[in-house]
Amino acid sequence: MDLLAAGAGQGRGVAVAVTDAPKIITSRLVHDDSHTLDRYQATGGYQGLRAALAKRPDEVVGEVKTASLLGRGGAGFPAGVKWGFCPPGVWPRYLVVNGDESEPGTYKDRILMERDPHQLIEGVLIACYAIGCAQAFLYVRGEMALAQERIAAALNDAYAAGYVGQGILGSDFSVDIVLHWGAGAYIVGEETALIESLEGNRGMPRLKPPFFPAAKGLYLQPTVVNNVETLANLPWILREGGASFAELGAEASRGTRMFAVSGHVRNPGVYEVEFGVTTFRDLIYAPVYGGGIRDGHALKAFIPGGASAPWFYEEHLDLPLEKGAVDKAGSMLGSGAIVVMDETTDMVKAALRVVRFFARESCGKCTPCREGTSWLEKILERILDGHGRPSDLDLLLDVCDNISPGIAWPPKQTTICPLGPSAVSPIASAVTRFRDEFEARLGGAPVPVTVSMAGGAYVAAPTPAPEEVAS
Amino acid sequence: MTDVESPAEAGVTITVDGRELQVPRGELLIEACERADVYVPRFCYHSRMRPVGMCRQCLVEVDTGRGPALQPSCMIEAADGMKVETGTPVAIKAQTGVLELLLVNHPLDCPVCDKGGECPLQDQAMSHGPGESRMVEEKRHFEKPIPVSDLVALDRERCILCDRCTRFAKDVAGEPLIHFLDRGNQTQVNTFPDHPFASYYSGNTVQICPVGALTSVSYRFKARPWDLAQVESTCQGCAMGCRIVIDTSRDRVNRHNGVDIDPVNWGWLCDKGRYGYQAIESEERLGAPLRREGDALVGAGWSEALGLAARALDEARRGRGPASIAVLGGARLPNEGAYAWAKLAKGVLGTDNVDAQMGDGLPAEVVLGLPRATIDRLCRPGGTILWIGPDPREELAVLYLRLRHAVREDGARLVAITPTGTVLDELATAAFHPEPALLPALVSALLEDGPAPDGVDPEALAAARDLLGGDDLAVALGRASVAESAGYTVDAAAVVARARPEAPVLPLLRRANVHGALDMGLAPGLLPGRTTLAAGAERMGVVWDTVPTERGLDATGILTAAAEGRIDVLVLLGADPLADHPDRELAARALAGARTVIASDLFLTESSTRADVVFPAAGPDEVDGTHTNVEGRISLLAQAVTGPGTARPDWMVAAELAFRLGADLGLESVADIWAEIEAVAPSHRGITAQLLAEAGDGVVAPLGAAPAATTEVTSTGEAVGGADADPAGGADAPDVVQDEGPEPSGQGSAHGDSEPAGPEGADDAEAARVDPEAEEGGGRAAQDVVVPEADPAGTGPAGGDPEGVRFEAPAPTPVPPVDSYALRLVVTRTLYDDGTLVQQAPILAGLAAEAPLRVHPSVLDRLGVDPGARVRAISPRATITLPVVADPGVPRGVAAVARRRRAGGVADLVDSSQPVTEIRLETA
Repeated sequence: MDLLAAGAGQGRGVAVAVTDAPKIITSRLVHDDSHTLDRYQATGGYQGLRAALAKRPDEVVGEVKTASLLGRGGAGFPAGVKWGFCPPGVWPRYLVVNGDESEPGTYKDRILMERDPHQLIEGVLIACYAIGCAQAFLYVRGEMALAQERIAAALNDAYAAGYVGQGILGSDFSVDIVLHWGAGAYIVGEETALIESLEGNRGMPRLKPPFFPAAKGLYLQPTVVNNVETLANLPWILREGGASFAELGAEASRGTRMFAVSGHVRNPGVYEVEFGVTTFRDLIYAPVYGGGIRDGHALKAFIPGGASAPWFYEEHLDLPLEKGAVDKAGSMLGSGAIVVMDETTDMVKAALRVVRFFARESCGKCTPCREGTSWLEKILERILDGHGRPSDLDLLLDVCDNISPGIAWPPKQTTICPLGPSAVSPIASAVTRFRDEFEARLGGAPVPVTVSMAGGAYVAAPTPAPEEVAS
Repeated sequence: MTDVESPAEAGVTITVDGRELQVPRGELLIEACERADVYVPRFCYHSRMRPVGMCRQCLVEVDTGRGPALQPSCMIEAADGMKVETGTPVAIKAQTGVLELLLVNHPLDCPVCDKGGECPLQDQAMSHGPGESRMVEEKRHFEKPIPVSDLVALDRERCILCDRCTRFAKDVAGEPLIHFLDRGNQTQVNTFPDHPFASYYSGNTVQICPVGALTSVSYRFKARPWDLAQVESTCQGCAMGCRIVIDTSRDRVNRHNGVDIDPVNWGWLCDKGRYGYQAIESEERLGAPLRREGDALVGAGWSEALGLAARALDEARRGRGPASIAVLGGARLPNEGAYAWAKLAKGVLGTDNVDAQMGDGLPAEVVLGLPRATIDRLCRPGGTILWIGPDPREELAVLYLRLRHAVREDGARLVAITPTGTVLDELATAAFHPEPALLPALVSALLEDGPAPDGVDPEALAAARDLLGGDDLAVALGRASVAESAGYTVDAAAVVARARPEAPVLPLLRRANVHGALDMGLAPGLLPGRTTLAAGAERMGVVWDTVPTERGLDATGILTAAAEGRIDVLVLLGADPLADHPDRELAARALAGARTVIASDLFLTESSTRADVVFPAAGPDEVDGTHTNVEGRISLLAQAVTGPGTARPDWMVAAELAFRLGADLGLESVADIWAEIEAVAPSHRGITAQLLAEAGDGVVAPLGAAPAATTEVTSTGEAVGGADADPAGGADAPDVVQDEGPEPSGQGSAHGDSEPAGPEGADDAEAARVDPEAEEGGGRAAQDVVVPEADPAGTGPAGGDPEGVRFEAPAPTPVPPVDSYALRLVVTRTLYDDGTLVQQAPILAGLAAEAPLRVHPSVLDRLGVDPGARVRAISPRATITLPVVADPGVPRGVAAVARRRRAGGVADLVDSSQPVTEIRLETA
């Protein structure tokens, strides 16, 4: 724990709850040396890989389908089904591991990569075997220095121990795993942008269609992009069987899930909980989890699944942590980040804070996101500066509507990728629920006319010497 | 952008706004909508580039059975049963919303923006926008226009980041010099430091910019679009024959823009073609005739100058006979001028010492006597191209764009043979750089398993042989170096004709209308219509007073004869032999040796300064007529402005001279001349003025032979019938008519005028008025008359005309033994050089780069000099001093240099009587 806090440079330690709840992916985190090969092997490590190699690849896929393992990146798509989308007979195909965890409030994959890198590597190997990949790319977010270090060390150990490379464990199955460090763009967590970045281009999403990664992914070859947590489940599933996994959790969400709780709670941390059994109330208030709102304050709102998700309130506390129920209630479990806001929170500022994040992280490729998110940011800033007009709330919502038509959930989009609509959620939530807080700030000073000379309003173009250009 | 097949073969039925229509499978919805006359607003979409779906302006509701969903219509391919709704409240809201968002940071400086009035953003804001912006916050700021090159200025505040310019540079031109920098709302287009947008194609980005972000330095603040008069014409910068629109105001040319026609330039232009118009606006243009008075040229009246010229011609004719008269040049002239001069020279004066080429081209028999490939045929999707010639980017710049597209996008494969490494090497499956004189042996090794010359990579040779063995071969053949005899290129042509007689050949001619001039008989041994003296004598005798019987001299022969005092009158038709003939010394002796030199030119060039009579000629953009490009495509030239002073078209000079010589050409107008050409030239039969006027894309001569395989053109200009037309004859099905074979990808819809129709809908005036944003559409509506290509099967030259010129292989040019102490000189040409038309265009003048000697690095090592050092290059003719640089693309036994024309330059080294030019290098 100390090591983690120091090494990650995150300032705060990360709590991992000790509860009776079943542990699938965080079972080793109680050990200080959970990241080492020795500890991993001593705790059932690489048994799942051995079990997988004893089966045919299609049986491994079947096992994962039996487990009904949902993707843990945010969209929650069944992993086994996703693997099946690669067109048959097209080779090579690649596995790309999405370790670019950047959704505000989300830090579960970081913990998994820092504290149990071999579990991820084993998961990668199992997935490669199932899909038929000889090469996997592990893309780790640029800022996660400790994760990068731990994964690199683990990968070296795994190569040395014969788990990765040519003829794994004496079989004819061979895989190379390539590590790639990101450069700090949020949008690279979107799978097609990640692929662009991996190819050495600007991290910008591709259009789907036609660039569905399963058909035209990395280097335009069939590519499976899986989240770190998704893959980390595979060793357990193969070791214990898909059916055992499916016994855990709820109807639409099997197994367990890691939730990162942050904000105004007593015990921010990452907790692995069983789907469907635990509720938001448990996670926020139970002493083994969030431990309640800080300093006796009261809950005002919480984000249930990362900054992109529409907000939840008091009345949603008893919803089970389960995809189906949360989707039905109009939001998502998304990346598993629960951000709690107490009654001291200024909701206009909170909305601005989230919108600003998306405006800064917009890649700039498509118009609605590039122009829309930053316009929303400017409008909110203006309202906070006291220059709001009564028409601004409708304007905010209409700009939102032009980015995400209907402001519905699940969101529609005029954009290429879901980043733009992500900025819509907090505004739609805040303006709808806390309209009075916005209105209280309107009708102040008139809108100022600003003219800045920043960047040079007009600067005469210097004439280049001809030889500079001639060639 | 999949290969589009003809609608009848693989049509799907979709519904656009409730209307069912048949479209080719895989056609993009935005194009399919246009077939239904439904205009979808767009910015990033461009019919000649891959769609990126970035601007999101073209969102429409698409229902594939799972309910309507907003989709960018530029990215979705038509599939059976698709329902497309462009005008539902949801679609309209999305389109209006995106437009408002595009305007959020766009400075509304339209009143001072060059694009104002022809701006897709302005137009579509009117037709599809919200009317008013709700943005009250401060907009994004960047430094106002910054130069990205000498030709193009960039205003990043106006930029809407549509990726058109950057895509063009990267995908079309292959020169990724402008990029997106930074991210999000601060994204900007820019160049990297010290890497200016120095591209031959930079002006295209100005034309395709949908806002005023990229502007031409030459056009900034010069005019407003609504004040411009526009005519469509053909570029005369080189022999490619790109269609252009000339914008003028107050009788001055303001700019050239490319016009999108399928068979030639796809809307693109090179910067020389785009900005070279500045030369015709030069103050130094000749505006009055000149005559020699002692050492000086003094002004003269037309009648005086014509009288002097006529007297000299008459004296020569009566004195030593017609053979003492020679006419050099004619490639600058339109076909009509070339015909009038051919008629004067051959039909009145009776001399056959006539050559439109300047010793740097190919014999007319090679150009006209081989089965002909059109540009489309050369670049056929999936085909195989054998390129024997120069660097296309330097000589036929837009052809390079077509080649690049064919290889990169359409699966064509290329074997490139150039004297040194060129831009083709990276496109080619195999590239060869034979040393001078070894070209025929290499081509023989490739095509008929002849022994390979030394030093050829056997693996590359084997790969190329396999490739070239296929049956879809087309050949491009040109003269890459003017420091060696044309004979080697002719011998290579002979190998092609022998080994692959069916393979069509595109002659890589360079000068503007050189093909037209050859067609008109401005070559020794030829008569108008690609016929020989013998074959055409009887026919031409009917309309001409006389027809030469003996084959005359070619350019080098004429200059040699003049140097030896055998030429009394040397006429220079826009020819500057001192600058243009490979052998400068010979040219100098010739000008001194000819008794009288008569020049017709735009400028006082080095050669015309030495003339006795100089006529001021009306030049490009100043004359009506027709132009014939490398593939033999005849297209119209339109007069846009008046020539300076009393400058006249060349045909008038010919007619006047004939009159003063007691003859009458019987030609009183350009229309007269064309009518006579059409009547007497077998290759041009049927290509009437009316046909040309209707065929916006031009007409390839000769017209195809078999009527069943042709598309007839009705008087309304609609293509009907024939194998190419829609066999179903469907009432609603559009007449998309294809020239031949599979259509190259990236080709715009033939009907696609994608300019916003405006709130009132399409106006009929649009068809008559030339679209300034001609790039916006594919080919133009109402002008897609398709005329059959020259006999794609290649059954023979001149469409099987029995009179036609046929190529017969001459005795091979001997290959001199290698002198291991010497390097063989390769002299290539560059797009920008010190020639008159570049130097008289101020914006281009500074772009002609230094031309150092390029040698293989090992040669520098042997010499013991550093790159950049000055060395002495010694040929039997002369010694010059110039810098030398290392270039691994140059073969070891070769020294290469770009041709510059001035005295003391490389032209002094060349002796055109020698088959190769050998030089020795010494440290200076």
